[in-house]
Amino acid sequence: MVWVNSILQGVLLGGLYALFAAGLSLIFGIMRLVNIAHGDLIVLAAFLGLVVTSSLDIHPLASLVVVVPAMALLGYLLQYLLLNRTMSDDILPPLLVTFGLSVILQNVMLETFSADPQKMNTGALDTASITVGALHIGVLPLLMFAVAIAVIAGLQWLFYHTAIGRAFRATSDNADIAQLMGLNKKHVFSLAMALSLAVVAIAGIFLGTKTSFDPSSGPARLIFGFEAVIIGGLGNLWGTLFGGIILGVAQGIGAQIHPGLQQLAGHLVFLILLAIRPNGLFPRVAH
Amino acid sequence: MLEVKALTSFYGDFQALFGIDLAVGENEVVSLIGSNGAGKTTSMRTITGLLHCDANMVLWKGQPIGHLRPDQIAKQGIAMVPEGRQLFPSLSVEENLRIGAQVNRPGFWNLVRVYELFPVLGERRNQASTTLSGGQQQMVAIGRALMANPEIILFDEISLGLAPIIINQIYEALPNIIDNGLSALIVEQDIARALKIAHRCYCLSEGKITLSGGTDVITQDDVSQAYFGV
Repeated sequence: MVWVNSILQGVLLGGLYALFAAGLSLIFGIMRLVNIAHGDLIVLAAFLGLVVTSSLDIHPLASLVVVVPAMALLGYLLQYLLLNRTMSDDILPPLLVTFGLSVILQNVMLETFSADPQKMNTGALDTASITVGALHIGVLPLLMFAVAIAVIAGLQWLFYHTAIGRAFRATSDNADIAQLMGLNKKHVFSLAMALSLAVVAIAGIFLGTKTSFDPSSGPARLIFGFEAVIIGGLGNLWGTLFGGIILGVAQGIGAQIHPGLQQLAGHLVFLILLAIRPNGLFPRVAH
Repeated sequence: MLEVKALTSFYGDFQALFGIDLAVGENEVVSLIGSNGAGKTTSMRTITGLLHCDANMVLWKGQPIGHLRPDQIAKQGIAMVPEGRQLFPSLSVEENLRIGAQVNRPGFWNLVRVYELFPVLGERRNQASTTLSGGQQQMVAIGRALMANPEIILFDEISLGLAPIIINQIYEALPNIIDNGLSALIVEQDIARALKIAHRCYCLSEGKITLSGGTDVITQDDVSQAYFGV
């Protein structure tokens, strides 16, 4: 039963990893931009949540109402004013700029919030659980998983059933021709980054309620995000959720064998899958 | 209506266009003839804003538009059917058509009318655009341009890579399209067709206009001479 339990916890944790990954996958899919600062932006969202929660004296989950639009706005401006200048057929310049951004974000957060680990307290939700037979399922992880599914279903709907989703896909296919359809590439890219950081905001708040975080926690979140995206297959959002779950379960089983194996097990499973399925389990299309 | 004045274009150090002048009037069909590398596609990409040029090099209804972004130019009523169709592979046939209407220009053309023009597209509306034949893809590309209700359409290599029977079908549909008050600038390799469909033509060779005039006076021999840059 311990094994079933650790697999179940791993599945639920996978939801959080899928949230880390969804925003990353989205902007890579639309504009071939590898955002190295993604993890630090997740941590920034968590700190923002902490500030909002403590200054307005509200529940951490209620802070989403402020943090999601704030991060989306930040994303739009970041893309419009900075990253759009680096976009070309070469994927290296934006990668380098976001790497620099990552260093800047970590240091600004260190200056502002100090290196002390922080955590957001969700009150009764922290310890609430549902008992099913011999299994105890935390309400917060369950909520996190449900939100991850809702976010991915929402993105999927947006991509395939709305005009903006159509614009995203067309721009991803062929940015030049998409412009001839009256789409301003810079605006479309900025909207994509805004959407990505809106998802980052949700991921950041859940990160901050689930575990402690500090200004240097970003890069590890980035790795988990990347791994989930690559396991699932580039450009496939449901695949990304599945990738997150595989990663979570691998870590859960690893931790059950030996606590020190938690992270290693996740990375090993990722490497094995990368070796046997380099395009991921469910690649969308060959580019 | 559309005027190109002393247009020059460069790819890095390589000069592709050496001061091109051309004009397309209202309801006029103009063809642009030239060998590969003569600068036809470069001219079209510059007019639509995909390549940069000075503001005054391209005029639309007397206003300079050379400095505008491609999406701004598209909204003015200039549409292009690009070389090789270039449909969006992750969009269905109908989505490819709908995205053409993104410029928000109301007018004669809508989904129903495009499906009347090319009934086969209506039957395949939900298919991925990549599953269509080359000719059907060209119909989607034309429909996509029409959905913008443009005032001028630039057709780049309209029949390249298509079977002769399909080319005939496309050319049979063209008069219906143009009769609805459109102008057209057509790039076509088949000189006979290019002269037949157009009111006027320009020959382009090594980035310069070598011949221009009404298709009633220009003969195929004139064109062949200009074509080879004699």
